[in-house]
Amino acid sequence: MRIRLEPRKAPSRLALYGAPIMAIALTMLAGMVLFTLMGFRGGAAVFEIFIEPLLEPQRWPDIAVKASPLVMIATGLAIGFRANVWNIGAEGQYIVGAVAGTGVALATYEIESAWILPLMLLASLLGGAVWAAIPAILRVRLKVSEILTSLMLTYVALQLLYYLVRGPWRDPEGYNFPQTRMFSEAQTVPNLLEGTQLHWGVPLTFLVVLITWFVMSRTLLGYQVKVVGLAPMAARLGGFSENRTVLMTMLVSGALAGLAGMIECSATFGQLTPQFPVNYGFTAIIVAFLGRLHPVGVLIGGLALATSYIGADIAQTASALPQAATGLIQAMMLFFLLGVDIFVINRIRIAPCVPRLAS
Amino acid sequence: MNFDIAISIVMTLVVAATPILLAGLGELIAEKSGVLNLGVEGMMLVGAVAGFIAASLTGFTPFGYAVAALAGICASLLFGVLALTLGSNQVATGLALTIFGTGLSSLAGAGFVGTTITRLPALFPPTLAGHPLLRLVFGYDVIVYLSIALTFAATWFLNHTRLGLILRSVGESDASAHAIGYPVTTIRYGAVAFGGALAGLAGAYYSLAVTPMWADRITAGRGWIALALVVFSSWRPWRLLLGAYIFGAVMTLELYSKAAGFALLPPEMLAMLPYLATVAALAVIAMRPSRGRLDAPRCLGKPFRAGA
Repeated sequence: MRIRLEPRKAPSRLALYGAPIMAIALTMLAGMVLFTLMGFRGGAAVFEIFIEPLLEPQRWPDIAVKASPLVMIATGLAIGFRANVWNIGAEGQYIVGAVAGTGVALATYEIESAWILPLMLLASLLGGAVWAAIPAILRVRLKVSEILTSLMLTYVALQLLYYLVRGPWRDPEGYNFPQTRMFSEAQTVPNLLEGTQLHWGVPLTFLVVLITWFVMSRTLLGYQVKVVGLAPMAARLGGFSENRTVLMTMLVSGALAGLAGMIECSATFGQLTPQFPVNYGFTAIIVAFLGRLHPVGVLIGGLALATSYIGADIAQTASALPQAATGLIQAMMLFFLLGVDIFVINRIRIAPCVPRLAS
Repeated sequence: MNFDIAISIVMTLVVAATPILLAGLGELIAEKSGVLNLGVEGMMLVGAVAGFIAASLTGFTPFGYAVAALAGICASLLFGVLALTLGSNQVATGLALTIFGTGLSSLAGAGFVGTTITRLPALFPPTLAGHPLLRLVFGYDVIVYLSIALTFAATWFLNHTRLGLILRSVGESDASAHAIGYPVTTIRYGAVAFGGALAGLAGAYYSLAVTPMWADRITAGRGWIALALVVFSSWRPWRLLLGAYIFGAVMTLELYSKAAGFALLPPEMLAMLPYLATVAALAVIAMRPSRGRLDAPRCLGKPFRAGA
């Protein structure tokens, strides 16, 4: 008997949509084993991470708030990944978006106007797009891989943030803490539901998902992105410019990451602080894959990852599971997903061992 | 006095360059076989934490390095199973490995923050290693000499051995190599595992020699710089060494100007320098007319399946 993989004639839809669920199930199983081996209550911890947040309705708004930036960033990244554009520096664009928006906020300090917040959000879109434009232009002009350059710029963005909050932007009345002034009410993303963390960034993310879904599945532009990713040669023959696609997908993903950064900064922190970037830009990569690079899938994937964040907080108090376990759980999800994905285009064949001529 | 400082600066430069050179050499061999493993940073972190734990528990630092190399191999095999056996997307798998290594290392290392270990001593006797001038050549630990020896070895292996030729042919044209009868996947596994071992060592060099202590994310993105330097070197070991030493110089500049307190630039701007320099280096190397692309192994990053 030998087990081997055989290519399918057509990709299996069941495997395509079942793979993320399978990956989460396998992660839960592996997490249980791993945490038990490390001396924690493995079963309880996994239950707290994946199930408990869903059972407690008072945590649902928290899940939505947590999912919002992840979904917003991942929606943009997924567009690029479809076109084989690997922007992995979303974390940096997220930071620069918040920096640009905060710049507007600090410049309009003590001005009361309904235009300030929209202006801040616009600035964050531009900030994120500009930061993504650097690797995009290097790729288009010089064929430099955007993978490495976009990632390098994340470290630069982080230092830029540190410099600003320790230096020129430090709150003069802030007892020397490295952070900016608190945003005024006109500069804060308004709350949506009294008594919860829910803010207007959540429906905005939902809107972004809807628009992206429409553009990707119902317009020529979306078709162009998919063709460039799946069949670059056909795209060239069809007159679709690869360079323009690279530029566009990079700018869009950068802009969305920047917007997510500003919303998170304003709604959750109310000021720019060095604590505000927490690797959402990297987690969003997992969300994009878990969501099958489809806007609606990304929405579901984002909710799943957000649940694991909230759940990890529960497990931290209930089972003394360290914060770092979250990162491990997320990475395992991606690992298992990539492994299970093999069954989308292949099937397992168990065949008797017959000597083959061409080996 | 000034002379003494100059010597110290050069020595710091060499120490800063060594882990980048090691990790880069490992990745260079893997890429020559056609595999793009973006998990270097993750493998380095796994090696750094495993090496530190082993060294602090046994009190024997060489054992730490051995464990680090082994841990790096284990991490790289995780990548191998997914990317080589199951044929998953190499970019995504490498990223997953980096996220995994980051999480695993901070989880495993949490209990070891504040623990101290002893560094490896200089390889040569104190008369040479402590000599005011000769220490420039003889004042390092064995890992530094190992990294230079491996640069020699990698050049010789790739250009003058049969196995090196086969490895390159696998990276240039996997289908032809397979048709001739070479075990493409096995060779790639070997190259990836070698990359893992060196990344593990490189990571441990941070936790056991450069810093030496455990801190979360101790490698601070140096694995990505090593990846970029492989491109910068056009997949040639000696150019990789040159690149690593240039970066060692940039990082040393950051370190010394911070210590000396001269405020040419704010410290945050200095900390940006290695990353900005990497972007600049990648751009400059790409400007050479059509060379850069021709140097890359043809099958880099493409999954291979026999008979598919």
